[in-house]
Amino acid sequence: MSTIVSLPDQSTATLPKRNYLNNEHGLMSWLLTGDHKRIAMLYLVSITFFFFLGGFFAGMIRLELLTPAGDLMAADTYNKMFTMHGIVMIFLFLVPSVPATLGNFLIPIMIGAKDLAFPKINLLSWYLYMIGGTFVLASLVLGGVDTGWTFTTPLSTHYLNTHVITTATAIFIAGFSSIFTGLNFIVTVHRMRAPGMTWFKMPLFVWSNYAAAIMMVLGTPVLAIAITLVALERLVGIGVFDPAKGGDPLLFQHLFWFYSHPAVYIMILPGFGVISEVISTFSRKRVFGYTAVAFSSVAIALFGFFVWAHHMFIMGVSNYSVLVFSLLTMLVAVPSAIKIFNWSFTLQKGSVTFETPMLYAFGFIGLFTIGGLTGVFLGSLGMDIHLTETYFIVAHFHFVMVGGMLMAFLAGVHFWWPKMTGRMYPESVSKLAAIITFIGFILTFFPQFVVGYLGMPRRYHAYPAEFQVLNVLSTAGATVLGVGYLLPLLYLGWSLKYGAIAGNNPWQATGLEWQIQSPPLTENFLVTPIVEQEAYDYEWLARKTAREAQHVA
Amino acid sequence: MSVSTTISELTHPPSPEVEHSTGVHDHPFYQKHHFETAEQQREAASFGMWLFLLTEIMFFGGLFMAYLLYRNWYYDAFVAASNTISMPLGLINTIVLISSSFTMAMAVWSAEVRNKKFLQISLLATVVLGFAFLGIKTGEYSDKFREHHVPGAAFDIRDFTTPPAGSKEKPLPIDVAEKTQIFFSLYFAMTGVHAVHMIIGIAILIVLLWKSNSGAYTSGYVQPIENFGLYWHFVDIVWIFLFPLLYLINRH
Repeated sequence: MSTIVSLPDQSTATLPKRNYLNNEHGLMSWLLTGDHKRIAMLYLVSITFFFFLGGFFAGMIRLELLTPAGDLMAADTYNKMFTMHGIVMIFLFLVPSVPATLGNFLIPIMIGAKDLAFPKINLLSWYLYMIGGTFVLASLVLGGVDTGWTFTTPLSTHYLNTHVITTATAIFIAGFSSIFTGLNFIVTVHRMRAPGMTWFKMPLFVWSNYAAAIMMVLGTPVLAIAITLVALERLVGIGVFDPAKGGDPLLFQHLFWFYSHPAVYIMILPGFGVISEVISTFSRKRVFGYTAVAFSSVAIALFGFFVWAHHMFIMGVSNYSVLVFSLLTMLVAVPSAIKIFNWSFTLQKGSVTFETPMLYAFGFIGLFTIGGLTGVFLGSLGMDIHLTETYFIVAHFHFVMVGGMLMAFLAGVHFWWPKMTGRMYPESVSKLAAIITFIGFILTFFPQFVVGYLGMPRRYHAYPAEFQVLNVLSTAGATVLGVGYLLPLLYLGWSLKYGAIAGNNPWQATGLEWQIQSPPLTENFLVTPIVEQEAYDYEWLARKTAREAQHVA
Repeated sequence: MSVSTTISELTHPPSPEVEHSTGVHDHPFYQKHHFETAEQQREAASFGMWLFLLTEIMFFGGLFMAYLLYRNWYYDAFVAASNTISMPLGLINTIVLISSSFTMAMAVWSAEVRNKKFLQISLLATVVLGFAFLGIKTGEYSDKFREHHVPGAAFDIRDFTTPPAGSKEKPLPIDVAEKTQIFFSLYFAMTGVHAVHMIIGIAILIVLLWKSNSGAYTSGYVQPIENFGLYWHFVDIVWIFLFPLLYLINRH
């Protein structure tokens, strides 16, 4: 089944003597580094920690929902569990996941630069992320917060005595981390490209991260001010969102979703980029409709800013704005579908092989399509009134975020693991993990579509007994999913020491990152590359490999 | 494509191999190693600053959105409340801030012409004017505290329901007068966030002033001064919007 051609360097490959990992030693060489690759690794370790923390809360939620009665924990403890799950997973895992780890590592290399434009700001954004994370941990230790991740006013401002301000501070700070990452990416893509690397020669991974960066830069400040006003309201009672003083709680919703809907695309767009790279590499074909896929990312970034009120259909927005936002919401489905269709056409007549990243990518395409289409259901008003605030919506966004984004993240981590560490992960056990994840995912979240359609509301710790079978299926699935996520942690850690040496280009991929040593040098390129080939030009790669083989012989 | 020509113009690599093997540096002292040219570094820094200012516009945008909404809803309360804040003090502060923008522009110019003494004088003048602005603002805030016009538990609407004798104001019904609190919430939130930006700006100014002692910005490296100038002018422009919206628009 495997048609991977052995590169001249792969059988005889040794780890390069000098690379970014061993260039400097000691803890301080990591904590004060300006190297985008080292910062990416710092991010990888920290987001992995927060992912498993968020996963722990998910586990507690599923355990509580095993039985109809609220018997494992009290209602307000349960509220804290799903709030912490949401906050940790969204702000500390999903938003920084692909951009801050893979994007940080790869964008400069993919465009032939030595580093991001502002290395110190890059390091600063990691520190801001860690400070934000510390505040989340602090609010957890102090007793948690139970507003839900949406901080809905006046609930968050008037009716709860949990650590709202601590958590708001955490989100404010983590938001600046994401603003600085986005700013760095945009400037880097505009100003740091190597000679010949024109916009339409850039890999699609760069395009999609660029689109996400635009949303980070434009959306996050609005969340920052909204959350500041909530904190001020709690602290000194300024009343901007307080109906008793003439304020409008709905204004908070507008400001919050003006960021938090684009945030969905901030989370998913970089994942699209990973899938474009993986699908092309393992089909050995140029991505079908490169330009369309590139522009669809920008289109999603653009449309994404004009759909926020579809989160508020039942909250008293006018019928006319419902009409407009419903229409705009369905418009987002168009660029998303363009991507799905183009990936499918890339597969057609390609030399498709089934390495682990490709398995995750297949999982992504299927699950994201389901998640995206159910989003169209929810975007139409009639269906939304029936389905909103039920488990249907929980299933919908988990299909997009977990089925989509997490699959893409794992695809990317496996795909670029040889480049980041210089070693291969064990192929067969990782294939097994990919399949376990897929099965676990379907088992966890598909029943939630059904139970939500039948009317089970979200955010309650108890439910009517007739929903138990579906909830037991879901909890069983979560267990399988947990195994699926623990396995990569174990074997990727194992491979750091015992994995086979990867060589420069184990996948025969065309990106600039695969043409340099793995792990790369601190300065990435000894000589600034001059780019003449198109992105995903496999004939160029074949010619280059042949030339190198001759040279060796 | 025009983009590719720009790139080739930007990058005339000074043969990196030679540079790294011999350790000879033929670029200006301030150029970071990951940039090909000083020009590229300058363009990146200035582009980054403009992007940051864009995020700042979005940040203030949320507050302006709230102002627009509530002014529309509670027009009468906004008129009455706006008339209680001191227009002369606001006007003086506007003049102070515009002057500080002028001295900042002079600072950028003197860095460009490499005049260290004039750079330091301009930066110092900007710091002084910044403090003057904050001082006047503090005075305005303390007036509000004395009048019980600060939103929160101590907020008092009596000035609006029963205007003091000799005032030109008409008494407002209680439900309208209560809405003045929203105006003052926005007044404090908007001018407060603006003042925080001023404080951060002054702190950075002092660092720049201290570092300029060694001549760091008067030997060709003007980027930090230029970028900070952009920030300072931005904070100024925010005030140029705040002053008419809060002080002038409902004046009678």
